[in-house]
Amino acid sequence: MIDANSKTLLEVCNLHATVNGTEILRGVDITIKSGEIHAIMGLNGSGKSTFAKVLAGHPAYEITQGTVFFNGQDLSGLAPEERARAGVFLAFQYPIEIPGVANDQFLRLAYNTVQSQRGKEELDPLEFDDFVREKMKLLKMNPDFLDRSVNEGFSGGEKKRNEILQMALLEPQLAILDETDSGLDIDALKIVANGVNQLANKDNSIILVTHYQRLLDHIVPDYVHVMEAGRIIKTSGKELALALETHGYEWIHADDHAAGVRS
Amino acid sequence: MSTVVRDDYLEKLIESWKSEVLPVHSVSWLDQLRSNAASRIEALGLPTTRDEEWRFTDISPLKRTFFPRASVIPQLAVSDLVHHALDEATCRVVFVDGQYVPELSDVADDGTVTITKLSRPADEHAATVMRYLGRLASFQDDVFVALNTAFMHDGVGIVISADTTMAAPIHVLFVTSQEAVTTYPRCLLIAEAGAKVTVVEEYVTLQKAAYLTNAVMEIHIADSAHVSHIRLQRESPQAFHIANGTASVAQAARYQSVSLTLGAQISRYSQHVMLAGEDAECTVDGLTLISDKQLADTHTFIDHVRPHSRSHQLHKCIVDGNAHGVFNGKIMVRPNAQLTDSKQLSRNLLLSDKARVDTKPQLEIFADDVKCAHGATVGQLDKEALFYLQSRGLDDIAARNLLTYAFGGEVIDRIPIASLRQQLEGYVLAKTRIS
Repeated sequence: MIDANSKTLLEVCNLHATVNGTEILRGVDITIKSGEIHAIMGLNGSGKSTFAKVLAGHPAYEITQGTVFFNGQDLSGLAPEERARAGVFLAFQYPIEIPGVANDQFLRLAYNTVQSQRGKEELDPLEFDDFVREKMKLLKMNPDFLDRSVNEGFSGGEKKRNEILQMALLEPQLAILDETDSGLDIDALKIVANGVNQLANKDNSIILVTHYQRLLDHIVPDYVHVMEAGRIIKTSGKELALALETHGYEWIHADDHAAGVRS
Repeated sequence: MSTVVRDDYLEKLIESWKSEVLPVHSVSWLDQLRSNAASRIEALGLPTTRDEEWRFTDISPLKRTFFPRASVIPQLAVSDLVHHALDEATCRVVFVDGQYVPELSDVADDGTVTITKLSRPADEHAATVMRYLGRLASFQDDVFVALNTAFMHDGVGIVISADTTMAAPIHVLFVTSQEAVTTYPRCLLIAEAGAKVTVVEEYVTLQKAAYLTNAVMEIHIADSAHVSHIRLQRESPQAFHIANGTASVAQAARYQSVSLTLGAQISRYSQHVMLAGEDAECTVDGLTLISDKQLADTHTFIDHVRPHSRSHQLHKCIVDGNAHGVFNGKIMVRPNAQLTDSKQLSRNLLLSDKARVDTKPQLEIFADDVKCAHGATVGQLDKEALFYLQSRGLDDIAARNLLTYAFGGEVIDRIPIASLRQQLEGYVLAKTRIS
């Protein structure tokens, strides 16, 4: 929801980033206030997923120019775990399988680590079990997924639900969902979207990185941004996603030409 | 130079065999078996790194000092072994310095299992022992099997009666108490048709000095029987451990094997699984966790002989310090073994710059309608997995510790005994933890 009085959570100015010496982000600007849901759309290779990973602190990406402030704090100097503890969460496009680590053990470790950093109470295995089972209901997840190794042998949909379960446990202020809709059938999409909607509130904000409009039928964004060649080239309301769905990404440029070329 | 050293060592072995006072056996076939094996020693010779099968495993340090066979066995009390007890086991078979010690053993007398000395097998099992002993692990081709057989003074036969299920595991504990000795423990396990059993074969020591264990374990799994076999090698850090394990798996029988290699300065485990019957199945998993200057070599050979058999293998090495892990996994699918389903994966984790692993999958397929997959990886911890954990709040060290532990945990999780899993998980944690 848009509220002019909300505080600014994320402020990105002229962000440039490279991977292996190749510049992928070429001047991203975006401001996100608490309570807002932003969708970032764009073609493959436009830099959407890179932007998500840069926010989370992936070590392969280097910020070469520009600034990223989260709650007034410069994110660029923080390790990934420090960002997580500060309230940044990335739901992975391809969640990693970790054979040999039980999912409940992993979830509890992550939960307790973040809790203790926030000066809150940690849970013992029994307490945590009750707590996590309750959260799993939100995503209609079978409790059997607690005993299995992290993401191992999970279907695409199960992995994505497990990501949103982690979001539910860690209660981030800023959640970046990187193509959470990919690989989901329509039923799973509805369940995941419903979970995300229940977690959204006036104090947190969500960035949805997606190719397709269909996710946005279920999680309605306040803003839609189009990314191309490492920059946000257009920002509008939710109707932009529908227009993109109908006309394709080329349409943006047709619009540019009609209105006279902008630099 | 090395030829001279080899001959020297071999000569001492042969002399020492000749000078042994043979125990008076009630069964002369055992003496005959020993003699037959002894006659192969010289011809076989000791392997060098010029032998393909020993290319990465240089045993010359072992040949530098001759360790005579442990002939006098010290008296141990049950309390000496209390740290090596396995809570779940109701049946314990204890060897000290290579010899079976009934006083330290504990055998459930419920008719499901018979423990018998190989030299004096119980009447009803004599024929079975004669039929399988020395037939599963062949001394014709392997000098260490030949040596073990030649120096076998006694050993134990374990027979699980047909169609019985042993609820609790059998713990076979091989303790070395003396230094500078060679021990030749020998064990034969027979699971009769339809029997189900879990056996833990464990090698431990009461001291930290050098000695040599040359062990042979033979397992026969009759039709529809089911054996889970957990093998733990926890020798002293100075020890040499050379062992052969053979299992023959009959029709519709199942063999589950999990082997852990933790101890010894130089160790070699040669495991041979023969899927001899139709519809036979095995899982052969292994974990080697070594550091410092340890060398640990695992050679496995899974032989698909008849149609419809299945084998699954996961072997992992975690190698730290200057240690060197070797894995050679051969899978043979014979012409008759149509519809074989075989999977093999060798995964290796190097924790230091000087750690080394040599891994070699080896598939020999002579049937045309089969499904065989294999793969091998050697590397450091997965950077994407590290980032995933860090993005959930774990710091770099906690994330590394968790991933290393998990790497080993995947094999340990397959051990069907809770207390052992717990103990070994703790061991892996303590051994690999960085802080």
